[in-house]
Amino acid sequence: MTDLPETRSTKKLGLVIDLDTCVGCHACVVACKAWNTENYGAALADTDAHGAAPSGAFVNRIHSYEVTGDGAPRIVHFPKSCLHCEDAPCVTVCPTGASYKRAEDGIVLVNEDQCIGCGLCAWACPYGAREQDPVAKVMKKCTLCVDRIDNENLPEADRIPACVRTCPSKARHFGDLGDPDSHVSQLVEARGGMDLAPEQGTRPVNKYLPPRPKEDEIDVLAPLLAPVAEEPKGWLGWLDRALDRLG
Amino acid sequence: MHPAASLILFSTLSGAGFGLLALIGAGLARTTGWAGLAEAALAFALAIAGLAASTFHLGRPERALKAFREWRSSWLSREAWLAAATLSIMAITTLIRLAGLPALPLGLVGSALALATVAATAMIYAQLRTVPRWNHWTTPAIFLGHALTAGTLLAGHRLPAAILLAALAVAQFAAWHAGDRRTGATTRESATGLGPRVRPFEAPHTSDNYLTREMVFVVARKHRVRLRSIGLVLAYLAPLACLAIPPAPLALPLAALLHIGGTLIVRWLFFADAEHTVALYYR
Ligand code: SF4
Ligand code: SF4
Ligand code: SF4
Repeated sequence: MTDLPETRSTKKLGLVIDLDTCVGCHACVVACKAWNTENYGAALADTDAHGAAPSGAFVNRIHSYEVTGDGAPRIVHFPKSCLHCEDAPCVTVCPTGASYKRAEDGIVLVNEDQCIGCGLCAWACPYGAREQDPVAKVMKKCTLCVDRIDNENLPEADRIPACVRTCPSKARHFGDLGDPDSHVSQLVEARGGMDLAPEQGTRPVNKYLPPRPKEDEIDVLAPLLAPVAEEPKGWLGWLDRALDRLG
Repeated sequence: MHPAASLILFSTLSGAGFGLLALIGAGLARTTGWAGLAEAALAFALAIAGLAASTFHLGRPERALKAFREWRSSWLSREAWLAAATLSIMAITTLIRLAGLPALPLGLVGSALALATVAATAMIYAQLRTVPRWNHWTTPAIFLGHALTAGTLLAGHRLPAAILLAALAVAQFAAWHAGDRRTGATTRESATGLGPRVRPFEAPHTSDNYLTREMVFVVARKHRVRLRSIGLVLAYLAPLACLAIPPAPLALPLAALLHIGGTLIVRWLFFADAEHTVALYYR
């Protein structure tokens, strides 16, 4: 059934991504690819992996942007994966019912056995969050690691998406965005978390924390770097004069 | 968007086939005797060839029948149902007529279903908010216009076909013009949330991928103008000129052939011209 679920729980699992702290290391991309190649569904395949034109399916990718403004220009690394939209257009266009949104927690998934590989859901997604697997020819997308977050066989600390678990700069946060008291909702509240392309009407669950303004921070160490006095005094003054006398 | 040969063939051939079926159903084409049989056979062949071509676009064509499931929400599924319903009803209509019995009421149902099929095909594209050029009522209008024009040419109605060709040329030109200015509400700024002065510094991957191959496809502007001119001439003006030749047995089939050939180019542009919002993340 590819209508969106009519009755939903208040639970909305998703990611909060901090554009201020992401350093663009792509560790989450590798962790995602590795986990999703060994577990849930068809392996995320590559073509010509060791040849001249390697290509492959990834469901988490990091863009980098240059942002110029009044202050110094800066590079912002921009991780992008499925936003698990509340009004997911990718779900309603699917002719087979392969694409669906889970009523109990809002995760958007693909039942790969039912997918005919028509690609329409990838066309309907404004964010480029879906890629057809080049070998299995079915649609792949971020599952929020459904096979980790509910997996009792894993240690408690690992029951979060692979990307969140691996991020060295803690730029990725996972939790229930439907609960205003959860740590992710609090983060969004405190940092002004935003939706990507809100005018598309998709109502994304994932939120992005904008980069903090840099101006104030540049000055923290500045007093320690005050320039050397033009006319040295004290011990430095004596040294200066002594060296001068040596000719 | 990537102009896939399978989709261009599908929408062009099926469009012409369902257009002709719409005319046959309404009794506006030869419906009896050998001529009627030949006309119906041509319509079925075009429609079915197009549908067969469309399965080549699927990653898993062996599962194509699953597409019938979600007609309540999906235009692709509705199109599958409408196509199947049209073909069955028109097959029955044709058999009744070949037996020399009247079948206009059933034919009219088939005719309406044939047009609905073409409209559903167009809605697969027109529903996509991610592709501003398609996301407009002109998309179903142009698809229906092509289906009816091709149908009328194939049914051999000289004057109506000439009028439709002229009208369609103007409509297609206007749709291109309007589409050029319809950029949609999404910008790089809204897509990234990074303010007005943001530009791509580095892509996430070093070679192409599914997204760039499928959705970040652009035609060079100079080619666009050239191809539009070729399309206009081949799809509309050349067939029009053919129809002006005094009645000769070859004029109509030649006009129909030129029109369908030209429609292939116009459809190529329909895909190649269309830009997807995901391109904003790359360019
Ligand atoms: S980000 Fe794209 S794939 Fe994910 S739910 Fe939203 S529309 Fe669907
Ligand atoms: S590619 Fe698969 S999941 Fe996507 S719309 Fe087609 S059948 Fe549904
Ligand atoms: S692992 Fe963390 S810091 Fe590295 S690219 Fe991913 S989100 Fe950014």
